Amino acid sequence: MSTQLISERAAARSRSARARLVGLLGPLTMLGGVAWAFLQPYRITLLHPHDQGFWWLLVEPPLLVVGVGIVFALFVAPGLIEDLAELDED
Amino acid sequence: MEPPAEHVHWLFATGFLLLSLCLLARAIVGAEVWDRRAWRAYLWPSLLFGLGVLMWPVMVFFTNSSIHMIAHGAWAQTMMLAGAAELGLVRGKLHNRAWHLALPLALAVSGIALLVHEQNGWLFARAAFLHHALGWAALIGAVFPLLAVFQPRRRAWAAGLALTLVVLSVFLYSDRDVAPIFGHLSERAGPPHR
Repeated sequence: MSTQLISERAAARSRSARARLVGLLGPLTMLGGVAWAFLQPYRITLLHPHDQGFWWLLVEPPLLVVGVGIVFALFVAPGLIEDLAELDED
Repeated sequence: MEPPAEHVHWLFATGFLLLSLCLLARAIVGAEVWDRRAWRAYLWPSLLFGLGVLMWPVMVFFTNSSIHMIAHGAWAQTMMLAGAAELGLVRGKLHNRAWHLALPLALAVSGIALLVHEQNGWLFARAAFLHHALGWAALIGAVFPLLAVFQPRRRAWAAGLALTLVVLSVFLYSDRDVAPIFGHLSERAGPPHR
């Protein structure tokens, strides 16, 4: 086996490991938000909305964390993984 | 209709968290892959610039002292400068690599402003503790983008910057207007929230 082929395969393995890492960032963030919601449920005022003001009902930190994870997983990660796969094909 | 200060911190934490995820992904895949799509190359500098713009209303509506106004104004200016410099470099309008220094400058100025404008000690209340912690984290974190200017291919510096922003985001999410920290709360801080 040529050294060029070995180094190409090593580079491809590294790219697929990076793709997996990128794919995990969004779900891990979402998981962090969900875990936080279970640890501090009182920070989700939607669960007990009586006598809460507008801002307390609008800004729910654990849900914001989940939201960031969703945005990243849906809009940023797929394109990056696609580009890494294209590099593998090239 | 003004949001409480803690809510503003949480909203900024959300912006920093998204920014940090983008920078972390960029550190993982490398700048060459990240910049393969034009919109993605503009994404994180635009986010940074936007966060800088949003600091202006914070400066105007949450000014309870001159030092607060100066600190918030300094953050707004340096974050906008860093975002604009990176946008200029991506667009090709700026060519000198020294423009990348705007990012460590933003973090260093933010750190110093945080430390200077917090008048109380670490254990006065949670907000005071977090201001000190945020200030030192920003100041130490400024080392990563500074090193990245001289060693742009070293991914550890890029990852260090991203993780610094994750830490800043966690600190901002932890903020409460009046709350104890490690069981300490000064009598002068007022009645604690939950």
